[in-house]
Amino acid sequence: MHEPTSRPTRRSGPRDWLKRQARTALAALGRLAQAPLATLTTSAVIGITLALPLALHLFANDLERLGSDWNTGASLSLFIDPSVPDEGLPILRDRLLAMPGIDSVRTITRDEALAEFRQLSGFGEALKMLPENPLPAVLIAHPTHDAPVEQLATHLRHLAEVDEVQLDLAWLDRLRAISRLLERGVWVLGALLGLAVLLTIGNTIRLEIQNRGEEIRVSKLIGATDAFIRRPFLYTGLWYGLFGGVIAWWLLTVSLILIADPLEQLAGLYEYKLRFSALSLEEFGALLGISGLLGLLGAWLAVSRHLKEIEPG
Amino acid sequence: MKSVSAAKQRLAADLKREKERARDDTGIIHFDNVSKYYPGGHAGLSHVDLTLTTGEMAFLTGHSGAGKSTLLKLIGLLERPSSGQLRVLSRNLNRLGQRQTPWHRREIGMIFQDNRLLFDRNVFDNVALPLVIQGVGYREIGKRVRAALDKTGLLHKEKAAPVTLSGGEQQRVGIARAVVGRPPLILADEPTGNLDPQLSRDIMLLFEQFNQVGVSVLIASHDIELISTLDKRVLVLEQGRMVYDTVTEQRHA
Ligand SMILES: Nc1ncnc2c1ncn2[C@@H]1O[C@H](COP(=O)(O)OP(=O)(O)O)[C@@H](O)[C@H]1O
Ligand SMILES: [Mg+2]
Repeated sequence: MHEPTSRPTRRSGPRDWLKRQARTALAALGRLAQAPLATLTTSAVIGITLALPLALHLFANDLERLGSDWNTGASLSLFIDPSVPDEGLPILRDRLLAMPGIDSVRTITRDEALAEFRQLSGFGEALKMLPENPLPAVLIAHPTHDAPVEQLATHLRHLAEVDEVQLDLAWLDRLRAISRLLERGVWVLGALLGLAVLLTIGNTIRLEIQNRGEEIRVSKLIGATDAFIRRPFLYTGLWYGLFGGVIAWWLLTVSLILIADPLEQLAGLYEYKLRFSALSLEEFGALLGISGLLGLLGAWLAVSRHLKEIEPG
Repeated sequence: MKSVSAAKQRLAADLKREKERARDDTGIIHFDNVSKYYPGGHAGLSHVDLTLTTGEMAFLTGHSGAGKSTLLKLIGLLERPSSGQLRVLSRNLNRLGQRQTPWHRREIGMIFQDNRLLFDRNVFDNVALPLVIQGVGYREIGKRVRAALDKTGLLHKEKAAPVTLSGGEQQRVGIARAVVGRPPLILADEPTGNLDPQLSRDIMLLFEQFNQVGVSVLIASHDIELISTLDKRVLVLEQGRMVYDTVTEQRHA
């Protein structure tokens, strides 16, 4: 069994290397499975941390989509000259509808305008004291999807029956501003919470290294390279990251189901389908990629800091 | 194709190593005026000269604190010499970098008084560890671990947890782990320190068997009584100095 001369250590090919990696990855997984509660707790913390910026990202995405549909919710309010009688309004409406770029028109007669104003303003009693209705009739035109609204407004202003045209884009601008803010927020929050994930995994791996101090010392004594000792911890970090990513996805899916109803109502209010949606396959892949990378990086930081402290003696 | 050229390269490297070995065969261990001062200036070893030839077996003895462990640690690169030249397995350890330490240690089987087994895994996995570290294939590991367990009389304990073993058995698991990688050199630091005389004797005879097939063995022990019955070279350390060597038959101090 013993040859007095030392044979050089057998070098191995890329297939052996792959096999060894797979074995180490599986061994790390097995180790995590041996303490399922601890593994689940750590993964859940990572998952929750990741779910927050992810949810914000999805929300910002939807808002952006909403805003990029330029004319969604945009409307042109046409204040009609008081000389036009109520009976003239449907005719005018039909003329508008015949114009290219106009999708729908809603008519508000002077009486309706007054009633609405009374109801909304609370000035009901004061208005009763006025000798006549001071409000003009209004036609609200909704432009089609891709109509040049500014041009349309100019054109409508030239109509004799129209006193004034008000282009209502303000809330769209506001929406866009909010969506920009949210996007920036996603990056800031994402960076902060990514750091939190890094620290969580780093700390977990640090404890793991301490728990396995004797194993590390003995391994070094019998000729383990730093790479060999590092590898299982890196895989542990990777697994934590991946589990965290899956949990984040799962939390998000459940949350979406929980808020589906009120979301539908909100979308209805805005006459628009919010697509606040579950992750696409690519997004899920990206999530796992990022969470796995964070896990690997966190483990790598912990390992490079703490492995040197453990020397055989 | 790749593996063929790799094999050729490997062969060339082997040949070069063998040539180097032949050129300066100053023994498997060679201390030349080696001193080791621990932080604070405390001397662990002072001005030690020692040559252990390939295939030799020797005992290192002396009182507690004489520097036995220090000497073994220098050989296994657990410590670095403060001064002097140290060659082990034809390597100049003074010039061996940190990165090469693992490969050096793979050629030395180290055994400790407190056996340093890993208690979270069974006997087989403990003995297999050096081979796993070296990336040896599964089937090969099985064969070699069983061969090592057979040599140390523990084949039937393969699946046992180390805690369930007696002190002597645990020590033999440690020995199996040290020899499973077929190292040309075995170092043992007080391997019988915790054992009764009969078990101690068995352990020493086990080392003798390895030596008989050509492995060089250096054992630190203060069990003078046992050592004297074994008719091997004895080196005596005293306060870090080599004061007696049965081969050179001279008192240095
Ligand atoms: N890590 C260390 N730091 C400081 N002094 C040490 C250290 N290790 C050993 N020594 C000292 O070096 C001397 C030799 O110790 P050691 O080699 O352990 O002796 P032995 O193994 O013969 O009992 C002792 O005086 C011991 O106190
Ligand atoms: Mg000692």
